[in-house]
Amino acid sequence: MGETTAAPRAMAAPGGRAASTPLLGNEREPTMFEMSVPGRTAYQLRTTGIDVRPLSELIPAEFLADAPCDIVEVSERDLVAHFTRLSHRQFSVDLGAYPLGSCTMKYNPKVCDTVAAMPGLADVHPGAPASLTQGWLALMVELEESLCEVTGMAAATLQPSAGAAGELTGLLLMGAYHEAQGDRRRRVLIPDSAHGTNPASATLGGYEVTTIPTDHRGLVDLEALREALDTDVAGIMLTNPNTAGLFEEDIAAIAAAVHEIGGLLYYDGANLNAILGVVRPGDMGFDIIHMNLHKTFATPHGGGGPGAGPVAVSQRVKDFLPGPKPALLEDGTYGWVTPPLSIGRVHGWHGNSLVLARALTYLKVHGGDGLRRVAERAVLNANWLRKRISEHYPAAYDRTCMHEVVVTATALKRATGIKAIDVAKRLLEEGFHSPTVYFPLIVDEALMFEPTETESLQTLESLAESLDRIALEALSNPEELQASPRTTPVRRVDEARAARVLVPTEDARVID
Amino acid sequence: MPDYMPHTEAEVASMLAFLDLESIDQLFDAIPKALQVSAGLELPGGLPEPDVSYAMEGIARANRGAASAMVCFAGAGSYDHEVPPVVRSLAGRGEFVTAYTPYQPEVAQGMLQAIFEFQTLVSRLSGLPVANASLYDGAASVTEAINLAVASSKSQVVHLSTGVHPNWRAVVRTFARGTGHEIVEVPLKGGQSDFDAVAGGDHPGVIVVAQTTYLGTFDDVAAARRRADEVGAVLVVVADPILASILKTPGSLGADVVVGEGQPLGTALSFGGPYLGLFACSLHQVRRLPGRLVGETVDLEGRRAYVTTLRAREQDIRREKATSNVCSNQTLMAVTAAIQLGWLGTHGLAEVASRCVSSTRYLAEQVQSVAGVEALLPGVSVARDVAITTPIAAATVLERLADDGFLGGLAVASLASEGDGSIDPSLRERTIVMSATEKRTKAEVDALALALGSAIR
Repeated sequence: MGETTAAPRAMAAPGGRAASTPLLGNEREPTMFEMSVPGRTAYQLRTTGIDVRPLSELIPAEFLADAPCDIVEVSERDLVAHFTRLSHRQFSVDLGAYPLGSCTMKYNPKVCDTVAAMPGLADVHPGAPASLTQGWLALMVELEESLCEVTGMAAATLQPSAGAAGELTGLLLMGAYHEAQGDRRRRVLIPDSAHGTNPASATLGGYEVTTIPTDHRGLVDLEALREALDTDVAGIMLTNPNTAGLFEEDIAAIAAAVHEIGGLLYYDGANLNAILGVVRPGDMGFDIIHMNLHKTFATPHGGGGPGAGPVAVSQRVKDFLPGPKPALLEDGTYGWVTPPLSIGRVHGWHGNSLVLARALTYLKVHGGDGLRRVAERAVLNANWLRKRISEHYPAAYDRTCMHEVVVTATALKRATGIKAIDVAKRLLEEGFHSPTVYFPLIVDEALMFEPTETESLQTLESLAESLDRIALEALSNPEELQASPRTTPVRRVDEARAARVLVPTEDARVID
Repeated sequence: MPDYMPHTEAEVASMLAFLDLESIDQLFDAIPKALQVSAGLELPGGLPEPDVSYAMEGIARANRGAASAMVCFAGAGSYDHEVPPVVRSLAGRGEFVTAYTPYQPEVAQGMLQAIFEFQTLVSRLSGLPVANASLYDGAASVTEAINLAVASSKSQVVHLSTGVHPNWRAVVRTFARGTGHEIVEVPLKGGQSDFDAVAGGDHPGVIVVAQTTYLGTFDDVAAARRRADEVGAVLVVVADPILASILKTPGSLGADVVVGEGQPLGTALSFGGPYLGLFACSLHQVRRLPGRLVGETVDLEGRRAYVTTLRAREQDIRREKATSNVCSNQTLMAVTAAIQLGWLGTHGLAEVASRCVSSTRYLAEQVQSVAGVEALLPGVSVARDVAITTPIAAATVLERLADDGFLGGLAVASLASEGDGSIDPSLRERTIVMSATEKRTKAEVDALALALGSAIR
């Protein structure tokens, strides 16, 4: 350590630590339903001048309910207080650092929200004729072209709503490609380090999954891959850098081997942030790629969604893309065109459009040069953290990582009984969101940190100091550590009970 | 150069020194040089935020058809409803907008409780005891419902009513390429599913009907239930979340799964997304439920707490054996819906629903009084959309109405149509589906009818 980090620390406090702003209160917040009072209202509607006729004159009696469905009755003032209090019980990127590996929880620029709220974008009906939506069509064409340039691909679809939808779309494209060659292939290869969505999508795409092991380097076992390849293999799904945060340096050899048996390479774009402007999936030999705009392109994740999972493809797959697709027509206007061998629609309309508008805004602010800087700083931050915390939390694979680092608490557990989950929970008290734990599945006691490029050196140092403190506490007072977190709105929750006594709604509550 | 990264040059230098590196490029040494982008991406350079905002304003202005700039009579699943400032303000809070999936429940009680309240509201409106935390949109929900129902009934034959939105049916067909489900479309007769028209062939394991069709008619859910019982099928019902307030709930009519498009619950028209997939099911289907489910429990001090539950169903645990691959959903839209429903309340939702039906009836009467304009289905009750036919191409009529400031509806021919049995093929090019929400005034409807008179000439 020493001088290199001491200087900035002396000048500034961390910006990403939220321990000074406690999530308020550890008294329970009533539900809206508990606040409900019969007869209370909040709504106000426009004066229309159209008489509301009795429903019995409008709707056949057999379909009409006897009384309105009882949902809830609260005042506007109570509604505001309730949801404001709920928001105070919620960690977010706006509040503090969120080094949740594999999720790329970078800062979400506010300008993107402002753009998405522009009436000319937000208030457009998806079924309006193309003549009325030329702006949207132009936006989508520009985004498709930009994403193709970033990934080195020939064409794209913006329809998939999220990464998993993109994966399934990609697998259907793979199937359509082989079918067009008169070829039915039944297997897809997936490394054991992959995200769970990959095998789940492969099954829904009609494939059997063959799992490829990871070798001692944390990379795809090339020999095992070669043995698994035959003409029944439709393709391979790879994340590169992989979920261990490492670049698959044999990618050219992998691509050659898969292409040799006539298979295609699918790129899971979950970790695209690491390589923006540095290397492109298309140049590595991939044929199909999905991107997670809610990761790489900073669109806010909304507590679990919306995302957007555009899919880009190489020349040989482009005729199969979902349609209709936005296109610049010969007459100079924009319109919708369906590719000749399209697999069909994968979205009810055109995709998560307002997410797409945010992503294009982000792209325009950064430009090509800015995107490269994003990757550089993301990888720099991850490596700085990897080395800084290595004394107590050694990396699972001791080499330069990409945008995220997987460390292991195995030694800590052996020495103190403290597990990865305990470290994660204790970190919440320190004002940081936990890293991803127990993933990838191939690493014992895994803690996966992805600091992202938008956290400062001061915040990283503060995070590291918290982790050091936790490691020392593990030695001196493991019981107390296992009791954490204590300062959060609730403490560790009984997950087993939630599954055993299912209470999915207010109406299912049997005890209180 | 403008960006959102805090590093000063001096900090970058100190961090590289800490890593014993001389240049930032060395971080990428594991990537073969031959593969690396040597000359930079061929994209324009970065621009300051204000420049980008102006550029995006220009793009937005090119959308002549914004509902805020025109009077919107377009519906068919996406509706121009009142979304009050209070809903926009609360749903736009950074704590909700910039959170991730609630993997650490101790610091995610806000989102988890809001989702629990959303699930309760969807459960009440559907008449079924369990609702999930949302799926992508209505099309995704009906696709997932079919997967659940096939897994439950063990038959891949699906009888899909053509009362379901044509684009959603197209999505179902696309995903059936992977699952191998056999999708058989059920035509409409007088605006209701005509199951007799598909008699013969294998018995379906799944029947899907829309309680109110995309053409604006009421389908007969009870009849669909009887049909499902005869053949031993699982019944999936597509329902409109606004009309759910005043209609008999699909659950009470015997639906096993209820799905719908939640956009009308506080989400702007948004050019089609992000929308909100609604999904509710009966208790005995809960272990096949796709997506996330929040359940109530206690923390170790016995305080009420919420957590995502029955996680063993999900893809990150079951991997290739999972019944669904869904990970990200539309949580922010679900929370928005909970807030919007809180604002509307029992009485507001019923009033909005009543106005939609009443005003659409008034709209139907006014436009059908124009010589040359006819009801597609004369004498059939309209729900919240009405289908009319015009003497000339619907697309031409809508272009002319746009010049007068009206988004006059949707041309049925502009929707997905492969194998469609919902409408007489000879009328397809001349059919428009239109809708009046609670926002439309008498003056607007009357003006539209007047403009329509000129537009069809």
